[in-house]
This record gives sequence, C-alpha cells and structure tokens, in this order.
Amino acid sequence: MAGRMWVVGVVFLACVANGLGQNPLAGDPKAAKAGEYEFRINCALCHGLGARGGGRGPDLTRAQKKHAHADSDMFQIISNGIPGTAMPANGTNGQGVGMTDEEIWQIITYIRSQEVTASTKTTGDAVHGKTLFYGDGNCSMCHMVEGKGGRMGPDLTGVGGSRTREAMIESIRNPSRRLAWGLTEATKEFPQEYESVIAVTADGKQLKGVILNEDSFSVQIMDSGEHIHLLQKDKLKSFKKSRESAMPKYDPDVLSDKEVEDIVAFLAGVGAK
Amino acid sequence: MSTRILRLKEYGVICCLPQQPSGCLLEQPRKSGLAQASTPPWKSGASAPRQSTNKFGGFSPGIPRGLKAFDCRCVYAALKGHLFHELARAGKIVADRIQVCGILVWVMTFAAHGQVTFERLVNSTKEPQNWMTYSGSYSGQRFSKLEQINTGNAHSMVAKWVYQTAATGKLETTPLVVDGILYATAQDDRAFALDARTGRPIWMYQRQLPGDIRPCCGRVNRGLAILGDKVFLGTLDAHVIALDTKTGAVVWDVTAADYRTGHSFTVAPLAVKNEIVIGISGGEYGVRGFIDAYDAETGARKWRYYTVPGPGEPGHDTWEGESWKVGGAPAWNTGTYDPATNLLFWPTGNPSPSNRGEGRAGDNLYSNSLLALNADTGKLNWHFQFTKHDEHDWDATQVPVLIDAGGKKLIAQADRNGYFYVIDRTNGKLLSATPYGKTTWSDSKDTEGRPVANKNASPTLEGHTVCPGALGTTNFMAPTYDPQSGLFYVTARDQCDIFSTAPQPYEAGHAFYGSAYFPSEEARPYLGFLKAIDPATGETKQRFQHTSPTWSGVLSTGGGLVFSGDAEGNFIAFDAATLKPLWHFQMGGAVYAAPMAFAVDGREYVAIAAGSAIYTFGLP
Repeated sequence: MAGRMWVVGVVFLACVANGLGQNPLAGDPKAAKAGEYEFRINCALCHGLGARGGGRGPDLTRAQKKHAHADSDMFQIISNGIPGTAMPANGTNGQGVGMTDEEIWQIITYIRSQEVTASTKTTGDAVHGKTLFYGDGNCSMCHMVEGKGGRMGPDLTGVGGSRTREAMIESIRNPSRRLAWGLTEATKEFPQEYESVIAVTADGKQLKGVILNEDSFSVQIMDSGEHIHLLQKDKLKSFKKSRESAMPKYDPDVLSDKEVEDIVAFLAGVGAK
Repeated sequence: MSTRILRLKEYGVICCLPQQPSGCLLEQPRKSGLAQASTPPWKSGASAPRQSTNKFGGFSPGIPRGLKAFDCRCVYAALKGHLFHELARAGKIVADRIQVCGILVWVMTFAAHGQVTFERLVNSTKEPQNWMTYSGSYSGQRFSKLEQINTGNAHSMVAKWVYQTAATGKLETTPLVVDGILYATAQDDRAFALDARTGRPIWMYQRQLPGDIRPCCGRVNRGLAILGDKVFLGTLDAHVIALDTKTGAVVWDVTAADYRTGHSFTVAPLAVKNEIVIGISGGEYGVRGFIDAYDAETGARKWRYYTVPGPGEPGHDTWEGESWKVGGAPAWNTGTYDPATNLLFWPTGNPSPSNRGEGRAGDNLYSNSLLALNADTGKLNWHFQFTKHDEHDWDATQVPVLIDAGGKKLIAQADRNGYFYVIDRTNGKLLSATPYGKTTWSDSKDTEGRPVANKNASPTLEGHTVCPGALGTTNFMAPTYDPQSGLFYVTARDQCDIFSTAPQPYEAGHAFYGSAYFPSEEARPYLGFLKAIDPATGETKQRFQHTSPTWSGVLSTGGGLVFSGDAEGNFIAFDAATLKPLWHFQMGGAVYAAPMAFAVDGREYVAIAAGSAIYTFGLP
C-alpha cells in the first residue's frame, strides 16, 4: 500500500510540475463520491452544496469556467486561491483542515462529474440586457460594469462569472435577501455587507447611503451622490442601519421576467470574458 | 540621609552609591503624587487610591516615572533631588516613603534574580506585576489585581509599544510576564522574550517544522508555560520542548505523538509542581486524545491520561465497536488547577468524526467533558460531560474557571454548546446550566439538570439548521471572572449553521469530520457579544454588542475594567459594571487572542496580540 501511495504521489507531483493537467483520478466514480463529501466540507460554503453556486462563489457545474479550464488550472486554484478574490488558498481560511493533493484531485473529479449533467443554457438577449442596464433599468446609476456606471453598489463586471443565474435573478427581485459582500479584510472572519444606513450628524444633517465599512466606533458611508462620509459614531445624533438593501426591489411590473433574463444574459456575457 | 539609606539597607539594599546620581531619568513630581498613599497597587480595596493623576504610577508614588527600579543611584537621586525638601518638612511621612522605596527596590532586586517556582505560581495573585500562567493564575480567572489603570483614567490610555512577529495568520498567544520580561509565541511555533517595558527582543526562537504538518485551524499557538529557568512550548509537530528563559536555547525536546496522524499542540502548557501538563489537538483527524505531564527538568513523561478509555476501562462501553480508537476528545485548551485538592481541571473536545454520530453510538466518554485529574498521577477523580454524543463539533475546550463563592468551591464554564454551567468542583456535580446565547438543540434536561439534545438536532444529508453553529456560542477565547464585580465575562456569538452529513472513512492523517457545516444565510447577521454573567444565577446581567463576532478573550482588572478586542481590530476597555466602552485603540488586525496585564517599574501595562503583532498599552 505504501508503495502504491508513493507511486501515486510521484504521479501527482509530475502532473503539477509539468502542468500536463492530468487528473490521476479522472472519471473514477469512487473518487467523485469522495470528492463530493470533500466538496461539502471545504467548498460548499461559497459554491453551494451541489457545486451550483452558493450565491457567493461561482456555479462550478458550468463547463466554461472563468479562471480554470484544465484540471491542472483547477488544482492550482484550489491549492493557491485566486488573489484579489474571496477564493482562499487551501488550508488558509483558518477554519477546518486543508486538503491533501489526493483530496483536491477528488474534488476536481467530482466537479467534472457534475458538469456532465449541468444545464448551461442561457435564454436572455444580452444586447437588450445591456440597453436596460444602462437605460431604463437604472442599474448603472449604482453599479459599474467594465468601468462604466455608478459606485454605490457592487461592481458587476465579474458577477456573471461568479454567480449563478438564479442568484443574479434573486438579487434583482429580492436584493435584501442576501446582501452583497463588500470589503473583505485579511484577518477578519466576515466581509462587510452592503447594509443601508441613515445617520444624523451633530449639526442635524441627515446622511443616507450604504456602509463601506464599519466597526464599533466608526463608520464609512457612501451616499447616493457617491460622497464618502467618514464618521465617528459617538459624534452622531443618531445612527440607524438596516439590512433592507438600498437597491430597489425589481418586481415583475417594473422588470418583466424576460427583461431580467436579458440583464442576466448581459452580465453573464461580460463575466465570462 | 545616612540613616535613611540605612533603612533601605534593612530591606536588602546594599548597593546604593549616592555619589553617582547621574543617568537617572527624573521628572518633576506632582504634589498630588507625593501626597498619594503608599499602598501598592495590588492591595486592592475600596479605599485604595485611584491614581489617575499620578504621573508616577501606582506602584510607588515616591519614585519618578522612568526610573530604573534596580538602580539604587536613581533611588538615591530621587530621594535627594525630589523628596528631600518634603522629607525635611514632614519627618514621619518621610520615613514611610523611604520604607516603601526600600520595599520596592528589595522586591524588584529579589524578583529579578528569582526563578518561577511552584510556590510562586500557587501564590501568583500576590505578585500582580507578573503574569505567570496562561490565565494569569491557576484559577483561570484571568483577573489582574492591578488598578493603576482604572475607570477614572482608562480614557487616557495610550499605546506603549508594538512588537511585530513577522508571522502571518492568526495570533492566539497570551504573553507571560515575569520580572520585567515578556514571553510569547506566534505562528509556526515562534517563541520570543522581550523587554516588557520597551518591546525590544532579548531572544527569538522558531521551530523548524516539517513541511507536511496539517494543523486543523491555523498554524497557531496559544502560549508558553514557565517554571524555573525554562519556558515550555507545545509544537505543531506534536513535540514538547523546553527553552532556556535567558537564551531561548532548546534544553530538551520530546516527541509526544506522530504529527503525521494529525496530532499537534496548539495549547499553552500548564506548569504544576515540577511537571508540565499539556493536552493534544487533533479532533479533526480522529486521534485518540490525551493529556500528558512531563518532568520539567528532564522532559521525561510522568503520566498520560487517554481521554478515550481503552478496553476494560470505565467509559469504554460508551463507544460503538472500534470507534474508540479514533475517538478524538482532544484537550487543546489550557486547564486549571486547585492546589488545595491537587486536582487539575482539564476540558476535552469533540468526539471524532466531529459531526457524524453514526458508527460511534453511545455517550462517547470523555469527549466534550471536564476531567478532574490528580496532578501527580493523572488518575481521574471525576468527570462531567457537557454534550453527550456530540454531532456539532461543540468541543468543551473552554477554560474551566474556579470560583469560590457562598462557601462553595465551584467551576464555571461557558460552554461552546451555548449553556453556562456551574459545577461543584469537589465532586463534579452539576449545579446549574443556563443558556447564554441562541440555542435550538435542546428543549429538555436530564435528571441531573444537563441539557439533552433534541432528536432532530442531528445533521442530515440535505442540511439542517442548528444553533449555535459549529463554532459555538463561545470557543477557545478565554473568559474572565472578576471577583470585584462578581461577574463572569465571556465572548459570545449568535450564529446558526446548516449541518450536512458528508461521510468520510477514517484514514490516518486525513480530515475526519463526517459532516459539512456552513453559516445559515437565514440567520444573518451573526451577532457578537461581550456578556457579563452572574454565576450565581446564570443570568446575563450586561452585554455589549460588537459589530461582528469576535474571537477575543477577556481580562478583568482591579481597576474596575474589563478588556477585550474585536474582529475589526479594536482593543477596548469597558467599565466592568456596565460594559460601557471607556477607551479603544485601533490595532489594524483582528483579535484572536486574550489580553493580560502586568507592571514594570511601577507602571501598569495591558497587552494583547492582534493581527501579527503584540500590543501594549498604559497611561501616558
């Protein structure tokens, strides 16, 4: 057994070293099953229980992935994370145990097994979606895509590559259900969320906006004019925050299902770039 | 003057050289400072002076700030240059003042050359300038009698020094301070000794760790033990090592277990008598947990107590089949000790696999339990199990705090499962169990008063929400008991998790959870608190809500203060009575450690690790 493991280990090393992208467990149903459980433990928090996206991490059942195409890319990403994103390097999130190389290959095997059955069909009209986004939908008043748009809400350039269609639709129809993540600090457990706030300063001025970041004593707010207000809480007359999103709820009478699909198609197209 | 110096000599000072006063750091004393009573800061009580306006600090009002306490020339200069005229005016006060100075110099001289003995550890509260065990005393109360920093002056606290450890990740260490030297640890089993006044390093040590260690939850370490001329470190590759307090050189190094099977040490050891007690980590890898005691001089193992009983031992029948062999029950947080009964109180962690009960039917003793062990032999005196047959990773590895109240000898433990337990420490009998956070897992109690899990609290394949989540209402973060307010302060969180089964076979050195858990979106936002609990009733008397849950421990002091940190990087001084913040400082990194207090040269400091650094604070 030890000898076999050694050989397997050499194969792993060889794969990683020369970037051949060969998964030594490719297509092995037992490995896929083990990978499913590893996935639940290590990945499902962001990528969802069935790898179909958890509203945070991308839907990994899509064959077309933003950051990784070959198995070797996936191995590198799981091992090292993606700098500048919430995707951590293996074993570095401080909670739970990291994965062995073998376990990472099991997870890749599992993800590949899920792609087979996944639907990748998009139904919307991306061109019309873009028109809506920058026009009647008023999305770009607060959201930026590829450098164009507002700053009060999250930049949506990459959202199509990192969120499922369902998650995007939910965010449009019911933006308060899951507030978007904002600033992530390296050693902090939870990222800031896009909470709404109404603050009244000592001189009676009312400030309405979203929270960029907050601690027990200070808060940074962006208002609808994209002004940043840096406030000390003990100097405020009142401070009230809410988990009711600053983004309006787009009911079907405002945006039809078709129009929402069009916007999602536009975002998905940009995000896939 | 000669007679006065003679008085000093009576207290053991024989080195005074009055002809060489140069080089002393002197400041003009304030009149109010001289008028302060000569009570040392550890003589707490209602009449003790609040020294908020005394620039000299509370240790010895007659000695100027910045004075080198061991330097008798400075003492003489202080007497001559600043006290002399007042001395001449008021002879009786003079004599008292000099006597205090003499005691100070004598104490400091003695202490500087003294080693940490078991007797000193037993009587640690009598030298509050030092912090000689993980929780500050064997009781685990994490209470400092120092009161120079108090509710009246905390608002003026300033940072004194910062030591950058050059490590990345979480710092969970509680520093020790003995006679002006601070000893602490950082990631990857770094240890170091610093000048506690300046933060400048005296020595640094870093373990050469194997490349294939896989510690569960960060490459962390929670601190050292000190005894004699050695400090003791448990390492991530499951060794116990002794370092020379003067050089950091390795004196001995013993292997406790094989790291390749998931064993590691993250705990701060506890020095008791002439032995070093330490508990293993590895509940995520299916280790068989144990608590060890090593001879402090030689490193020879004196005893090992397996927290999962083997065949023929009581409790073995609480495990299904062979499951005991990989039963977990690690012991990864520092226990407490009662010298009166020679009992160690050491808590244990989850059974393995941590989130799947299938295959290990039974109570799974002694997982999630408090063990009362004879310190000489490691023999079990009694046990109390907080969570039977745990399926939610609710390690009971919280500091069991010894409290004497109402003529009773108690242990209070705010458990990860969301209940605050008070236990009679003479026999392990449960006195009360009261929820102190959001819990959904239990609706009933057994005949002993212990909360019992609902049938539907178990994880399911599709996922099932339970409160608290796997991280618990609290976790390893050290609580404090303040004998002045009579309250128990603990960091708590309200978070619920979805528990979803993910069966895994045991494989040596591989993760062995049996379930996945992740925060329930429905339960957002997750709330973090500092709570003040009355141990007599279990009632939460005060609470402060943090912006988000924090992993910071808590310290209480004789100054009527409680100190804690937050996930946003603040270090906060609270009024112990109201939990109103009186002061805060932004340290630039989240807190995963517990604060402690010490004094050098009569000046009180409060220290905490945050981000990658150790911070100390004091009065201006």
